[in-house]
Amino acid sequence: MRHELLLTALALVVLIIDLMLKPGQKNAIIPITIILFALHTIAGFLPAQPGELFGSMYRTDALHVMMKNILNVGVLIILLQSVTWLHKDENREKMAEYFIILLSTLIGMYFMISSGDFLMFYLGLELATVPMTALAAYRHHETKSAEAGIKLLLSSALSSGILLFGLSLVYGSTGSIYYNDVAASFSQTPMQVLAFIFFFAGMAFKISLVPFHLWTADVYEGSPVNVTSYLSVISKGAASFILIIILYIVFHSITFLWKDLVYIIAILTMTIGNLFALRQKNMKRFLAFSSIAQAGFILLGIIAGSKTGMTSVIYFVLVYIFSNLGAFGVVSAISNATGKENMDDYDGLYHTNPKLSLLMMLSVFSLAGIPPVAGFFGKFFLFTSAASAGYYWLVFIAVLNATISLYYYLLVVKAMFINKNEAPIASFKSDMATRIALIMCTLGLFAIGFWGQLYELINNLSIGILN
Amino acid sequence: MINYSYTILIPLIPFIVFLFTGLTGHRMKPVVSGIIGSAGLGIAAILSYYTAWQYFWHSHVAGSAYVPVKAFEVTWLRLNENLVINLGSLLDPISVMMLIVITTVSLMVHIYSIGYMKGERGYHRFFSFLSLFSFSMLGLVLATNIFQMYIFWELVGVSSFLLIGFYYEKPSAVAASKKAFIVTRFADLGFLIGILMLSFTTKTFDFISLTSPGGPAIASAGGATFLGFSVLVWSLIFIFMGGAGKSAMFPLHIWLPDAMEGPTPVSALIHAATMVVAGVYLVARLFPVFALGAPDALHVVAWVGGFSSLFAAVIACTQTDIKRVLAYSTMSQIGYMMLALGVSGYGGHEGLGFMASNWHLFTHAFFKSLLFLGAGAVIHAVHSNDMRDMGGLRKYLPVTHITFLIACFAIAGVPGFSGFFSKDEILSAAFEHNRVLFFIEYAVAGITAFYMFRLYYNIFWAKETHYHHTPHEAPYIMTIPLMILAFGSVFAGYLPFSHLVTSDGLPFAAHINWSVAIPSIIIALAGIGVATFMYMKTNGLPDKIANAIPHFYKWAYHKFYFDEIYLFVTKKIIFRYISTPIAWFDRHIVDGTMNGIAGLTQLTSNSIKDFQSGRLQQYGFVFVSGAVALALIFIFLW
Repeated sequence: MRHELLLTALALVVLIIDLMLKPGQKNAIIPITIILFALHTIAGFLPAQPGELFGSMYRTDALHVMMKNILNVGVLIILLQSVTWLHKDENREKMAEYFIILLSTLIGMYFMISSGDFLMFYLGLELATVPMTALAAYRHHETKSAEAGIKLLLSSALSSGILLFGLSLVYGSTGSIYYNDVAASFSQTPMQVLAFIFFFAGMAFKISLVPFHLWTADVYEGSPVNVTSYLSVISKGAASFILIIILYIVFHSITFLWKDLVYIIAILTMTIGNLFALRQKNMKRFLAFSSIAQAGFILLGIIAGSKTGMTSVIYFVLVYIFSNLGAFGVVSAISNATGKENMDDYDGLYHTNPKLSLLMMLSVFSLAGIPPVAGFFGKFFLFTSAASAGYYWLVFIAVLNATISLYYYLLVVKAMFINKNEAPIASFKSDMATRIALIMCTLGLFAIGFWGQLYELINNLSIGILN
Repeated sequence: MINYSYTILIPLIPFIVFLFTGLTGHRMKPVVSGIIGSAGLGIAAILSYYTAWQYFWHSHVAGSAYVPVKAFEVTWLRLNENLVINLGSLLDPISVMMLIVITTVSLMVHIYSIGYMKGERGYHRFFSFLSLFSFSMLGLVLATNIFQMYIFWELVGVSSFLLIGFYYEKPSAVAASKKAFIVTRFADLGFLIGILMLSFTTKTFDFISLTSPGGPAIASAGGATFLGFSVLVWSLIFIFMGGAGKSAMFPLHIWLPDAMEGPTPVSALIHAATMVVAGVYLVARLFPVFALGAPDALHVVAWVGGFSSLFAAVIACTQTDIKRVLAYSTMSQIGYMMLALGVSGYGGHEGLGFMASNWHLFTHAFFKSLLFLGAGAVIHAVHSNDMRDMGGLRKYLPVTHITFLIACFAIAGVPGFSGFFSKDEILSAAFEHNRVLFFIEYAVAGITAFYMFRLYYNIFWAKETHYHHTPHEAPYIMTIPLMILAFGSVFAGYLPFSHLVTSDGLPFAAHINWSVAIPSIIIALAGIGVATFMYMKTNGLPDKIANAIPHFYKWAYHKFYFDEIYLFVTKKIIFRYISTPIAWFDRHIVDGTMNGIAGLTQLTSNSIKDFQSGRLQQYGFVFVSGAVALALIFIFLW
């Protein structure tokens, strides 16, 4: 419970401090929040007792703590990346709101991860979703941002509705919403299959799996860059964690059913995500579609149904946080400095901003899975776990997709390093916070791949499907 | 037990040089970065020679088997109890041999490039890439396990991508580097699948336990079958696909000729002596598994090699770009090496093909890099790649002329030169195991002699073309490496190879099989003779012959239209029949239906139409119909 309590307190403290600050000193809220959050992140690593609360509505153990810590690291990087953007005049008014909203969605994710029944899960889900729409519409005076907010709100309302319908069917057919009870009495009656599929559709919406992904591109494009990176990395990572826990713990009696479902969705998601990413010209849209394809790869670990499967998913999400935040960090730095977000604008970037270009290259190499960057290991473990469960054809399709994705990831590298441009983006210097964030990403991209013990550490905590 | 742990320095030194020149190169005078790069490689070469001396002679009891030695190893990832990934360096006859090849040729190329690249933009960038490449290649051959090999394999791919695309202002160079990268990546897809399959059947990545005759890989040979082959055979065929991509074997060869867009010294290093033979090295590395566990996979290797060698040799006869002739010649010679592995057995004299293949790899490295560097000196002098712009250069470039001639003799298999010895062993091995391939290789030997001397005469003899300014011999910094390599091209054939590099580590006695060798000498001389007759003096004969078989000539000149076929498949079939319909479906059917629905809604809800984009309903529609469709499928159909 420490994570949740600390973070709630932190959000309240930020709110109160913001009220006490005089109009001229409002900027001080930025360093205060970031330092407090960094302390919170560190505190997360202190040893914690496993246990249950509220009649096992809430439960926590080392696995949950690790997942929360991974999210914390990602959020810390995003907060650092937001500093420049928050300093802009039009955003000054609402700095504290940005932090409070963002932190409350994170609390929601904590509760989802630690949930022991579907009620807690649903509360967490809504807490993680509804404030998100406010963030997407943060610059509501801009049409695109307002549109993104309303689109996110309406489509997540729809998905929540379907999910809730599924949960009510679960309750109706099993008489319980506790994970343990549901797991014990869940079988394969048509009503329960329907219930499961509606639940799955709701989760698929959060992870933006095909065909539940359509909202992604518009919302990602319209939202401010930092919100987009939060949505595509943290939100998606948290939802993947929860999906795998629930599939393994609650729905283990219909494993054969959801494995087929995941099989289909994985192929659709990887392939369609890739085909659409090929056509994108706007960097944010491009990263949005490529992140859809990446989500398809995550399913390969889920489908394995084993301890290695869960390990590979957690490991991949960790790697994905660093690679995608690296890419988004560069996009955000450039967008803040120049307002440019199209791929053509990146032509010749290497000549003016070599360091940013190199980080961007490393990040897309990691997303594409080229060794020795960490992304390669992430993909490799996903593939091995699916292959060890006997899904050779799925692995084959995934490897094929990874090869296709290489093409469009290389387009970015080509734009920066090879394409000629009479007037490339001028050199600029980023501020300290952005630099720290980008250095963290760079280190992460290498360190995770080469720090072998990390994999073992995750593997020791992971679980397979219960039998 | 001798301590070999210093061998870790051999790849590490080029890596440090890469970091150093890459980071600080732009601050120093260009030539300094070249000297630092050469010095680093020089130290690595000395260490390699010392390793070879220690491994082959000093620590070895005469007559006993050469055992693989793990000089250094650290555990990197522990996937589970049996599946552990290590990083380290493995010494055995073939890896020590490759150390010599790589460091020697790389050192020569470094020194040569100091002169050749003079005045080029990005001089230090070139040298730092060269060092990166050398590091990756050395790491590849020293790998103790197949996973480590894969990582360095990819690094080799990345660094060669950088080197081929070095002239990044030239669109053709950029296209070529992309093509090379994508084609080999596609092949690596097979490699990765093969690794996964192999490691799951055998539960190990480690080369020593994979290849020991009683090891898990070979023991698992009789496992489950798929389409008539065991999993082991399939995994090895997939792994060979990776090797075929890197080694430009048919039909994955299309990147090699285009890769000639890179600077010529790069071609000498990557496309003659090191990277392209990585596929041969890979098969040789896993050879016991192939030979004892999966002879079927070995047949694939043999036929792919044999076919590639013939195919490439025919194309080489028609090309006029001197580097492309050499590129096809490389493909043809690597076909020889693959073939030799494919027809080889395991142990003792049965393993003749294995020995011959590695020997040819060794001698080929010398004479082919010499040919490329010689071609570089010629290009340097006349500023053209096309042999029609050359002729009569023997007067102007005496050193290049003599060394080039030596290399031509070596590759043609003229007795006394290194290529003769190694090629003869390959032919003997083929003779004993597969007569069809054996006769193909006789033909290839003749064609090789013909096209090499066609090249030679067109450059150095024939009619002198009008030069804008008198061609002049290259500076010493370029000609000295030529002379050293020429020395190697002659004398590498006199090494007692069958006592050093064998399939099971035990030495055996190999003799020249004169009943095979004499016809091959006659064929080679005949090839040279025909070339002399046709090309020594400019005459109308070549055109007449080309006109006599117009279709075949044109076909071969256009490389049997392989590039066009690939383009057709990717552009016309994949893009047109898969991507375009999807896009069309997306634009017309999906959007159309949705627009219809949206339009209907807009009519009825005029008051809020500005608020609705229309597309959100589409999203909702797809969402709900997706969920319902899945529910229907899983409830009723599944």
